Amino acid sequence: MRKLDYAGAIREATTQEMERDSRVFVYGIGVPTWSSIFGTTKGIREKFGEERCFDTPISEDAMTGFGLGAAIRGLRPIHVHIRVDFMILATNQLINMVSNYTYSTGGKLKVPLVVRAVIGRGWGQGAQHSKSLFSNFTHIPGLKVIAPTTPSDMKGMMISAIRDDNPVICFEHRWLYWAEEDVPEESYEIPLGVGRILRPGKDVTVVGLSWMNVEARLAADILAKRGVSVEIVDPRTLAPLDENLIVESVKRTGRCIIADCDWVDSGFSAELSARINEKCFGKLKAPVKRIGFAQTPAPTVRELENEFYPNARTIVHAVEDVLGLEAANLDGEDFFSHERRFRGPF
Amino acid sequence: MKDEAIYRRLFRTALLIRLVEERIIELYPSDKIQSPVHLSIGQEAVAVGVCDGLKPDDLVFATYRSHGFYIAKGGSLDAMFAELYGRKGGVSGGKAGSMHLAAPEVGLMGSSAVVASTIPHAVGAALSFKRRGLSQIAVAVFGDGATEEGVYHESLNFAALMKVPVLFLCEDNGLAVHSHRPVRQSYRLPEHAKSFGIATRRLEEGWDMLAIRQATLEAAAKVRAGEPFVLEIVTSRYKEHVGVGEDFHFNYRTADGVDAWKRRDPLIVDQKLVEALRPDIEREIEAAVAFAEASPAPGRAELLTDVI
Repeated sequence: MRKLDYAGAIREATTQEMERDSRVFVYGIGVPTWSSIFGTTKGIREKFGEERCFDTPISEDAMTGFGLGAAIRGLRPIHVHIRVDFMILATNQLINMVSNYTYSTGGKLKVPLVVRAVIGRGWGQGAQHSKSLFSNFTHIPGLKVIAPTTPSDMKGMMISAIRDDNPVICFEHRWLYWAEEDVPEESYEIPLGVGRILRPGKDVTVVGLSWMNVEARLAADILAKRGVSVEIVDPRTLAPLDENLIVESVKRTGRCIIADCDWVDSGFSAELSARINEKCFGKLKAPVKRIGFAQTPAPTVRELENEFYPNARTIVHAVEDVLGLEAANLDGEDFFSHERRFRGPF
Repeated sequence: MKDEAIYRRLFRTALLIRLVEERIIELYPSDKIQSPVHLSIGQEAVAVGVCDGLKPDDLVFATYRSHGFYIAKGGSLDAMFAELYGRKGGVSGGKAGSMHLAAPEVGLMGSSAVVASTIPHAVGAALSFKRRGLSQIAVAVFGDGATEEGVYHESLNFAALMKVPVLFLCEDNGLAVHSHRPVRQSYRLPEHAKSFGIATRRLEEGWDMLAIRQATLEAAAKVRAGEPFVLEIVTSRYKEHVGVGEDFHFNYRTADGVDAWKRRDPLIVDQKLVEALRPDIEREIEAAVAFAEASPAPGRAELLTDVI
């Protein structure tokens, strides 16, 4: 085994699938250029040629419909958006066409299309470079939605997504691109629709989405010093959801915090909370708590960004709240700052 | 084959489409067809002439007004009526209805109620043909209103960049629902297409099935050689935008234009041929209606199938 980062996991999964299956191709704005979507498509054009790795006009709508047309005629496209905020221009195709194509043809046509969307933030990215929009897409029947957190999960789930005969949207938080861990070199699948317990614990369940699992791990380390045992559950696939894994965890711990990197109002955390309340009602020792963005557009200035985004500190205080603990002084703790690239391990 | 024989073949299919839609008009008040229908009466020649000018394995991506293209591509009439009735024997098991008619088995790949949305699908399918070295072409069918959508522009641009075998077919009936072109368009379609290096042709005689067939054959030959092409065919929608009635009483258009068109419409002018073909076609339609009537409703479990 060797270390591989999250961007490398995407690149390796794509490369291995393109070697295995000549129908697979990858395209999108900037995909074959030197910047190569944070390195995730680096070297693919050199290896497979411009027919299977190409740049596109800035036409998200048509390029998504183009992907659908190619997918129903025997190809397996991977369409990449360097910001999910840009994918919004493709929502007519995703929501009106891609999601219901199989249904409205009575199952005659399948749409094996992967759409990759970069989420998250850099510094000062403001209102149009920082969304997540998970629930906008998990809301739609006919779309699979994944948001892997670890490099090894990303590799196996990307391979599964490419092999899937249905449309799959993959959300990739860009602070995860540099995260490293041991990733098998050979090709392997991690089935979609199966969650993962990233860290076992007994006092409280934190369901983390994407980047928030990194913050949750940091919070769990801090809380462990006070004897609090946190279980971190990563759904990995948001639709179809591995509800049972989450429900069983919450039944064991009796407490649940949902840590989302998205808006709370009508967000994916609301869906999770509803399901947990429906399935764990008698077992809950405290109300389910949700963490997410402030209900404002993303600000650009740092001081307000710090208030807007939740982090490990937010999670620690939420855990204290549901356990009825005094708020600890966290001044001595080392919290993540994005000047320091997160490198793992998980 | 002599023109006369071709004409008779085209005429028969066009008449089939018209009589099918006239049967839909008769059936509609019975509420057995419980969804919107957009009738192509007046526009049949386009579907018939174009599909006859294509090869059977060429693919069509169409609109909500696609009964004509479904029939002209050779879709099953039984499965069409059953689809309109929302029956299990429908071409998509009742999940598509009139607005999403698709029969991939005969090359009608889909139709959309959201204007212009299937145009890029044809471009994607065309790329697939090119990559796999196939000689098929893809046809994007849309109305003149669809050219106002950004995706039309985007699709032309990308098709021209990639040099894929796609025929952009504009059915120009001059109306977008109830809006006339002067309030909608500041451009001229041929000049717009030419700016992408895409050749165009505008055929004013949209009632002339042989002329449309010939124009399609010529355009398809260019497309098959790897050049996208825009073919505009002027046509006339006799009925209201959606539904089975007429709409002249709303005074947004007059009957004059339609009447002028009707005076050249072979399905009206050539009554001798209509009457010669009618009995056989009516038997075919009645058999399809009977099939739909006899077909069961989908089982409740069908709701959840083919979602993902």
